[in-house]
Amino acid sequence: MPKELWKGNEAIAEAAVRAGLQAYFGYPITPQTEILEYLSRRMPELGRAFVQAESELGAINMVYGAACTGARVMSTSSSPGVSLMMEGLSYIAGTEVPAVLVNVMRGGPGLGNIAPAQSDYNQAVHGGGHGDYPRIVLAPSSVQEAIDLMGLSFDLAEKYRMICMVILDGSIGQMMEPAEMPEMKPITERKFDWNTDGAINRERRILSSIYIDPPAEEVANFRLAKRWQEVQANEVRYKEYFLDDAEFVIVGFGTAGRVALSAVRAARAEGIKVGLLRPITVSPYPYEVIDQLAGRVSAFLVTEMNMGQMFDDVRLAVRGRVPVEFYGRTGGVVPFPDEILAEIHRIAAGQWSVDRDPRDSWQTRMASVIER
Amino acid sequence: MQKEILIAGFGGQGVLFAGQVLAYAAMDSGKIVTWIPSYGPEMRGGTANCTVVVADEEIGSPLVKNPPAVIALNLPSFDKYEDLVQPGGVLIVNQSMVDRTAKRTDITTIFVPGNEVAEETGDRRLLNMVMVGALLAAYPILSLDEAKAALKAHLPAKHQKLIPNNYAAMDKGYAHAKAQMEKVAA
Repeated sequence: MPKELWKGNEAIAEAAVRAGLQAYFGYPITPQTEILEYLSRRMPELGRAFVQAESELGAINMVYGAACTGARVMSTSSSPGVSLMMEGLSYIAGTEVPAVLVNVMRGGPGLGNIAPAQSDYNQAVHGGGHGDYPRIVLAPSSVQEAIDLMGLSFDLAEKYRMICMVILDGSIGQMMEPAEMPEMKPITERKFDWNTDGAINRERRILSSIYIDPPAEEVANFRLAKRWQEVQANEVRYKEYFLDDAEFVIVGFGTAGRVALSAVRAARAEGIKVGLLRPITVSPYPYEVIDQLAGRVSAFLVTEMNMGQMFDDVRLAVRGRVPVEFYGRTGGVVPFPDEILAEIHRIAAGQWSVDRDPRDSWQTRMASVIER
Repeated sequence: MQKEILIAGFGGQGVLFAGQVLAYAAMDSGKIVTWIPSYGPEMRGGTANCTVVVADEEIGSPLVKNPPAVIALNLPSFDKYEDLVQPGGVLIVNQSMVDRTAKRTDITTIFVPGNEVAEETGDRRLLNMVMVGALLAAYPILSLDEAKAALKAHLPAKHQKLIPNNYAAMDKGYAHAKAQMEKVAA
């Protein structure tokens, strides 16, 4: 198919349709409303289900119900709306049904603002709903990658009977880039050994997240954990830039990752041997590649649009072997490449945080910016 | 190679569409491009801007602090972005909406009476195309023909009748900028 100029949010909606989305449930919230708006026209046109629910709670529980039938289902929201969905998300995870949820993140906490941010990383990757449950989280950094990952998200959710979240920020949602859409996948009857699609001529199935008997719940939790081991072994994705001879490595995902790419190119032009690792799956996290890099590079710099959340995952993989520095912008502020270039200069000059959490020294460095 | 063009003005002046024409032209000429609007709770009459990044490799940052080329359609945009244009860069100013001359001497500032030129062409709403024409004269990251072809290729059928006027507006903006550049050079 030829490339067309697609707006991020609309591209996500169309990519979901082409991946076989059968039912969409959502509630409007900026900066992702274009997804819902686009699907409100597109889904009925194709004879598929579109429901604007009464709230995010309604939407996620409709997703839960529809997912139990084995249909390809999705909801989309933005930070405060996703927080409202957390109970339903945990139920979906506990019931082991596949569902896709897109979070176009905004500045927070609280009502915050509608500007681009990555501050829901921990909620998506480490927390969110209650209970022990794993979830897959994909983080695109461009419109084309968002399209590609939407297709993948449905496949992964279905393969592992797991929630697959796609997290991005409003800048990717609002930007336009040339992109190629995949072919339209035909809607096929979805037959699994678990879905509740009418028990004619077969034994009745029950889908639930209730395990009144604690040992049974423990068995269920171990089943989820075992499935997660498979995901960790098979589904880690990331992109490397200039890592072959790198002495310093930046780690950044989504928009922060692509801003870092500009800084890395500028530093390379000055002869500084710096590379970039951009995680595409932030859950499962590319611990192994960072572990290997930690054995041969001098230092890491983590850049995020939050107060340093993924930073903990990088440190976990590095295990104290080399310094891991942090630079972030938060609250809806997007860093410019020259800010990250200045950090590369600092690190290349060996000015590392010693005896302090690197996030504390970062806060000290930010004082002149914040106290304006 | 990665080059950025920032277009700023009031909402309703055609800021976003001007950027889209450049983005389509870049895409059709085989380049990699990102178009990104400033988005916020703005309404018509508020400020609007967008950035178009054109590159021949994967685009890094969609935003840039010091763009090499800026189109300022009103005084607040002129005031804000004159300081931010990269040294050696280009600033195209809508002279119809500003009441001062350029402060900086290390960039090329071109004044085009965009509102008047657009009205001469028959429609004041053509301001954005006048300014795109002027930009491409001073900052030929794409040719004027590529921009025209993109407009024709991507304008919906019901708007195709507007093409001749849009072309005329681009041509006039281009000619204005060329004439000024020659005057400076002479």
